[in-house]
Amino acid sequence: MSEASARHRPAVAMVLSLLFAGLGQLYNRRYIKGIVFIVIEAAFLITFYNFLNIGLWGLVTLGEIPMLDHSIFLLIQGLVSVIIIAFAVALHIANIIDARNDARRRQRGEPAPSLIESCRNAWDRGFPYIFVTPGLVMLLFIVVLPLLFMVSLAFTDYNLYHSPPRHLLNWVGFENFKNLVSIPIWKSTFFSVLSWTIVWTVVATTMQIALGLFLALLVNDPRIKFKRFIRTVLILPWAVPAFVTILVFAAMFNDKFGAINREVLSLFGLSIPWMTDPFWTKVALILIQTWLGFPFVFALFTGVLQSISRDWYEAADIDGATRWQKFKSITLPHVLYATAPLLIMQYAGNFNNFNIIYLFNDGGPAVRGQNAGGTDILISWVYDLTFTTNNYNMAAAISLIIGLIVSGFAIYQFRRTRSFKEEGNI
Amino acid sequence: MNRKWKSHIEVALIYLFIAFMFVVIAYPLLWTISMSLNPGTSLYSASIIPEKWTLEHYKWLFTSPDSNYLLWYKNSLFVAAANAALSVLFTALIAYAFSRYKFIGRKTGLYLFLVLQMFPSLMAMVALYILLNMLHLLDSLWGLILIYVGGQIPFNAWLVKGYFDTIPRELDEAARIDGAGHFGVFFRIMLPLAKPILAVVALFNFMAPFTDFLLPSIVLRDPEKFTLAVGLFNFISDRFANNFTRFAAGSILIAAPIAIVFLFLQRYLISGLTAGGTKG
Repeated sequence: MSEASARHRPAVAMVLSLLFAGLGQLYNRRYIKGIVFIVIEAAFLITFYNFLNIGLWGLVTLGEIPMLDHSIFLLIQGLVSVIIIAFAVALHIANIIDARNDARRRQRGEPAPSLIESCRNAWDRGFPYIFVTPGLVMLLFIVVLPLLFMVSLAFTDYNLYHSPPRHLLNWVGFENFKNLVSIPIWKSTFFSVLSWTIVWTVVATTMQIALGLFLALLVNDPRIKFKRFIRTVLILPWAVPAFVTILVFAAMFNDKFGAINREVLSLFGLSIPWMTDPFWTKVALILIQTWLGFPFVFALFTGVLQSISRDWYEAADIDGATRWQKFKSITLPHVLYATAPLLIMQYAGNFNNFNIIYLFNDGGPAVRGQNAGGTDILISWVYDLTFTTNNYNMAAAISLIIGLIVSGFAIYQFRRTRSFKEEGNI
Repeated sequence: MNRKWKSHIEVALIYLFIAFMFVVIAYPLLWTISMSLNPGTSLYSASIIPEKWTLEHYKWLFTSPDSNYLLWYKNSLFVAAANAALSVLFTALIAYAFSRYKFIGRKTGLYLFLVLQMFPSLMAMVALYILLNMLHLLDSLWGLILIYVGGQIPFNAWLVKGYFDTIPRELDEAARIDGAGHFGVFFRIMLPLAKPILAVVALFNFMAPFTDFLLPSIVLRDPEKFTLAVGLFNFISDRFANNFTRFAAGSILIAAPIAIVFLFLQRYLISGLTAGGTKG
């Protein structure tokens, strides 16, 4: 080991790289690499300095002069700046780690890899990043950035009376959340919408799962013939686009000239106010969602049922188990274990099932004493607040609450997920 | 004898229930078909067995100068094809990296996908609207495609990654020994073996633009740029009872091809979902 390399200090390389990318690499005598890094960092700073500067200023102040500063654009620029800075920091850290590794290698007196070798190394190790980057960038700007924007709005006073460019927005802290549970009209609306959302999620989803399971068991019975045909018909509601069927149902359930009242219930001398009485609208919604949702569960369960080994049932027969016992101890655990994540997704899906609520009756009928319709669930209420009454701040606050509830579903999924245990092997 | 009778009765009850379900399923579908064949445009005078069958609504959709139906069909096909192709490409790239490589942020990324797929895109509509406005992509089909492709990544990357995980690693190791590079393994081993799940992703993303009306109704303004779902929705959203028969005719022409394709591919769909989903 030569004296020069023994005196080479990784700490120095790290500090130099921390100051400006590439300096540590120069200290390591990796001149080409160092110059490339310096050029990249300089280019980054020159290109983005102004953008980031204004962005961060805008994010903190949301603008200072009405009509000139547009708070919303400033907010978005600020969020984009935060994302860009996060990326830059990550790259910078990678550059520091790289400087340290090279310095250590040099300290041990290992020869520096040739240019071609180091290119190949970079290619091999950087490869997954190249694959991930295009999708990740899209994801960041199309999914993550809008969600961050929504979260930010929940802490501003952005509504019809406070909207740019005439007015500047202000950060108001938790004001919106406080109003949601303290101002009477918001409070009563929020709690009635929330409770209906929960009832809707639990009842509609459970009904579609129960019906799907029941039908899957019936059709799976060995005595039943024409299985393929029956299965195809039972899957039809899934195959037809939901927005078409929901609109068709909306017409069929029409109070005056809908087919349900005119052609079916008139046989029994009944006429039910499907669209004007909140209770009956809710019943209709649950029935329709069951119709729409059971085929997916049915198809899923049919697949799982066929994969349960016959041995289990034969063993149970020998022990003299009744049909109910076999169902309870063999079929149900198998089916539920194999499909639990997808079933949870069904609950999460219905919790945010905007389409059916909006298309069937637009959340109506209207109800006295609250600013949401009688069948509005949280997400359709958010839509109304955003696009009809322009209460952006309240809509964002409620969205955030939806997000928290939905994360509950997500946490459950995490705990079941096994694929984290398998690691990539390169 | 007694036991045999009991079994017969059971089977009869099962068939009876299935028959009941058939009626419940078929009634709205047949009703829509007969609506589309009713003369006149009002829902009130229409009935499930029309006095006079007519194809006038179908004819109107295709031949009337006021009808943009063919244009909408073309727009929808364009968006659907672009969405399917781009989604498969981006998703497969991401899923491959997550399934086969170790890299910083891999775990965080997986968690991120799982959380993000639960959040409805509706929550971000306002921001998307402003963003598209800033990029001058409002009222443009490409803006719509961009959002679709980005939005599907969390769910489908997860699905495809689950499927890639089931492909034995020995295969790509063998290919590497034979001199295949990163791209070689991806294009010659992974993609061909993952055809079923990629078909599912393509199908999902091909169908989505035909059935989604919310996003296009926010992004698109010009009736000539509408996709089918928005256009049809506008038939009935303005004057409800007036154009229902026309809406029915237009809907059947979307629903029929989708349903047929769907029924043919449902086997793949289920196996793909359970393979990716339960492993997930």
